[in-house]
Order: sequence, then C-alpha cells, then structure tokens
Amino acid sequence: MTKLGELARLIRSKNAGPFELTFDIMFDAKETFERVRDSKVLTAELIAQIYRLPVKDVRFFVVPEALAFKASIPRPRFQGDLLDSDTHGGQQYAPLIDIEIP
Amino acid sequence: MQQSDGEVRVLSATGVCGSGFKESSLEAGLARRPHFIGCDAGSTDPGPFALGSGQTAFPVRSIKRDLKLMLQAARRAKLPLLIGSAGTAGGAPHLEKFKEITLEIAREENLRFSMALIHSEQHKEYLKKRLHEGRVTPLSPAPEFTDAVIDRAERIVGMMGEEPYLRALQNGAEVVIAGRSSDCAIFAGIPIQMGISPGLAWHAAKILECGAAAAVARPSPDCMFSTFAEDYFDIDALDPELRCTPQSVAAHSLYENSDPYHLVESSGTLDLSTATYVALDGRRVRVRGSRFHPSDKYTIKLEGAECVGYQSIVIGSIRDPYIIGQIDSWIARLTERVKVRTAEVFANDRTASGHVFNVRVYGKDGTMGPLEPVREIRSHELCLVMEVTAATQEIATTIVSLARHQALHLPIPQWGGFITGMACLYSPAYLERGPVYRFCVNHVIEPDDPCEMFPIEYINVG
Repeated sequence: MTKLGELARLIRSKNAGPFELTFDIMFDAKETFERVRDSKVLTAELIAQIYRLPVKDVRFFVVPEALAFKASIPRPRFQGDLLDSDTHGGQQYAPLIDIEIP
Repeated sequence: MQQSDGEVRVLSATGVCGSGFKESSLEAGLARRPHFIGCDAGSTDPGPFALGSGQTAFPVRSIKRDLKLMLQAARRAKLPLLIGSAGTAGGAPHLEKFKEITLEIAREENLRFSMALIHSEQHKEYLKKRLHEGRVTPLSPAPEFTDAVIDRAERIVGMMGEEPYLRALQNGAEVVIAGRSSDCAIFAGIPIQMGISPGLAWHAAKILECGAAAAVARPSPDCMFSTFAEDYFDIDALDPELRCTPQSVAAHSLYENSDPYHLVESSGTLDLSTATYVALDGRRVRVRGSRFHPSDKYTIKLEGAECVGYQSIVIGSIRDPYIIGQIDSWIARLTERVKVRTAEVFANDRTASGHVFNVRVYGKDGTMGPLEPVREIRSHELCLVMEVTAATQEIATTIVSLARHQALHLPIPQWGGFITGMACLYSPAYLERGPVYRFCVNHVIEPDDPCEMFPIEYINVG
C-alpha cells in the first residue's frame, strides 16, 4: 500500500465558484495514474465518505489526457459565509493525502 | 471587424489585471502581431467583500501598472484592448475606479483613444420583473432568491457574454472596459466573428483568460498567446522560460471548474470531451476537436452580495496543556459566560440580539471545521479566533471585548485560584473588521437580448 500523497504530483482543492469545491489529483506518469485508476479505490463513494456527503452530491471524473482525477462537491459552507473558514477552498484536500492505494 | 490573414492571433496579458506580467513577454506577444489584446480583471475568488464593498481585491497601484503597459502597447500597435470584470467584481464603483485609472494613465502618458465602458450592475426593479416572470432559475446549489433578497443585496451584477464587447467594437471603441463578464467572453468574441469555430474559440479563451496558468509550473503570472488557423489553435507561453505540454494544457481545464469537460457560457456549452492535445515542440501545444453546443435559452449568470453585519475579532492563544485538554468544554463554558455577560450589559437593549459569537480553534479544526477527520489535538499550543458579528461595529466590539475578558480568567478545575488562561496577541486585543458580506445569489436570468442588461457608455479620451 502507498499513500496517494506519495504517488500524486499534485493534490489540490479550490473553489469552483462560491458555491462548489473541487479537488484535483494529478500524476506525472501514466503508469502511476493507471495504478490508481485500476485500484478502484478512488471513487465518488470514497469522496462522499471523507467529506460526509450523500454520494449523489459528488461529481467524479477520470481525466486520462491530463493524467488526473477530479471530484466536485457542494461547498460545506458557501464561500465567505459567516462560518466558512477557507475563502479559496484551498486547504480542504488534506484528508485525500492519506488514501491508501494498493 | 478585423480581417483575418489566414490566422487569428490573440494576446492575453495576464490572468488578472493587477497580478503582473513581464514586459518582455508583452513585447514578444506584440511582435507576433496579435489581432487584439485581452485581459481578465476580476473573479469571485477573493470572496464576497469586493462585490459587497465596491473595493478591488488587487491594490490600485498594481492594477495601474498592468493597465498602463497594456494601454501603451495597444495604442502603439493600434490594437483593440478588451478588459473584462473591471475592478474584481464589475459593479458600478469598480467600473468607475477603472475609468479613473484609465483616464489618469491617458493623461500621464498622453494617449488618445475611444473608450467604451460596459455597465453590468443590475437595477433591482429589472431583476424583480424577471423574477416575477419566472425568468430567473437557480443553479445548484443556490441560496433562496426573492424580492427580499434583491432588496437586501448591496449589489447584484450580471455576467455578460461576448455580445456587448462586439457591439462596443462595432461602434468604434478602441479600448473596452467591461463590468462583470464571463472570463472567456473577453477572448472568444473576436475570433468567432473572424470565422473561427466556436468550439476552438471558447476553448482557447478558457486557457487565455488565465494568462500563463496553463504552462508547466508557472513561477509567476505572465502573458499567453494563441494562434488559430483552419481547424486548430496553438497555445504558446511568451516567456522563453515557460513551456506548455499537452498534459499541462489539458490539465488547465480542471482548474476552478466543477466539470473538466463541460463549461457553461451564456450562449451554450463548451465541450472538451473530444479535444486532442499534441506537442508541436518542447513548449507549444496544438489543440483540435473542441466543440461548442449552442443552448436553446440565452442566460446571464447573476452574482450578488449582501451585508450580514459588522465584525470584531480577538486573536489569542493557549499554551496550558490542561486547558488544551478540555478545549471543547472550555469553549462551551466560555460561550455560556459570554451570553450571561452580554445579557447583563445590554439589559433591555435589544440591539445585540441576533449577534453571532463564534470561536475558531487553530491547532484543532480551524481549517476544516466539522469535516476535520483528525479528532485528537496533536499540538502543544492552540490559536483562538473569537469572532462576533452584530448589527453595528460598536455592538460587535463590545461583545468580543466581553468575551476576551471572560476567556482570560475562565476557571478550570486543575488550578486553584485566579488564572489568566489565554495570551492576547494585540493591545487592544480586538480588531474591527468592518462590514462583512455574503454571496446571496447563484442564479441565471433570461434576457430578451444579450445586450439589454449591459448599457454601453462611450468616452473620447485625450
């Protein structure tokens, strides 16, 4: 098992507008991307579990031409709302780093 | 309308006017004889403050630096200059600020041109009319949008498509400063008018609007260049030290988009699912196959901000391991004490009711809140941000100051006697943050005409 953070070139989160949050997981090498894809660990279900959402709220994309995976969710709080703690949504990816990939 | 010489060439100065670019890159772009220069100047990314307050997110000095270089370049080469989403949010005060800066530069640099200002701040009566006609539709997720929300809003802007830009150019404008705009519309309109397929034009626009962001590990914001011909476009970062690869250009469609293959614009949807990316050499990429599907209904996205009150905060920290070990119950007791003291101080005065008291705990879950998967505290110290939002600044400061004093001396069972349990960072401990705002609309509106929401003002400068 290897942590996703050790395999990916970049794991990031960011606003996709003020109402959605999007996660990008990007790789350098096709083999690494394929290893993660073929492990079937990284799914909409896993994102839903980590961010405590119904799976229907998660949009999940495999983007082979960019050697990337992408997931988008409704923002836990709208950007800038009183209890929002991350205006740019830039630090919400940390739990993805620890995902174990066989 | 400009004539294509077999190619259409577009120079993007940078991702946001005010974020900077290299002068050498702009010159390299000019040397390739672009048909126009474009630059995005706004975003919702800095949060609701810019739209609500009328201020810009980037400092005026840095905006002026970029705008001056662009204006000089455009006038020297006799090229149209298109700026979208002026002043971050594109509201009336933002457009006014850009107008002032532009006139100041023209005076100082002795420039003459005809300028169009395209307004995008919306009249509340117009919005209510369209709402009552059933021509306002929520996106997902969206807050509720009613007459009361429209009345409360500090400012609501419409996000224009390419049509108002093209109208301004048709009417002789050489410099177009637009209010809130689709970032891509700044770059897509002219190429489509010159005969480029909408799929390629919108795809290239999506890359150009972010300046050099699609280059590999771009060290700082910079220019980007695109050349359209026949059935492809090439993407080329102008700084010789930057390079684009098929992967970096494909990956750019991920950034700040919820769907990497479909991008919704006013007149339709850009579809990247059939796009292909090929390296021309070590630093240029050729793109083919992008499609654009026109939509049945033409829609304009709305953005709005409302003031939710005035905020005052106190930043403090805790190093005592006993307090850290019971931080949740400590905050619960603090919150209760603040409630009691607020009731004592405000007595029968109801103006403090409805205030919000919130404590953020950095070192525990300050960044992710209830979504934080790590539940135990692994830090030897915590940072607290105590935050009060209330109807006036004076009430917010009063309550946060009561909270500071309660937090300082809140007893814990481990110590006998009077303690001081929090380190205050500043004296005075409170910081007044002024009015705070929230985004209050995520809806689209159906106009009769793409230009009806965006009146154009023409000014002869110089």
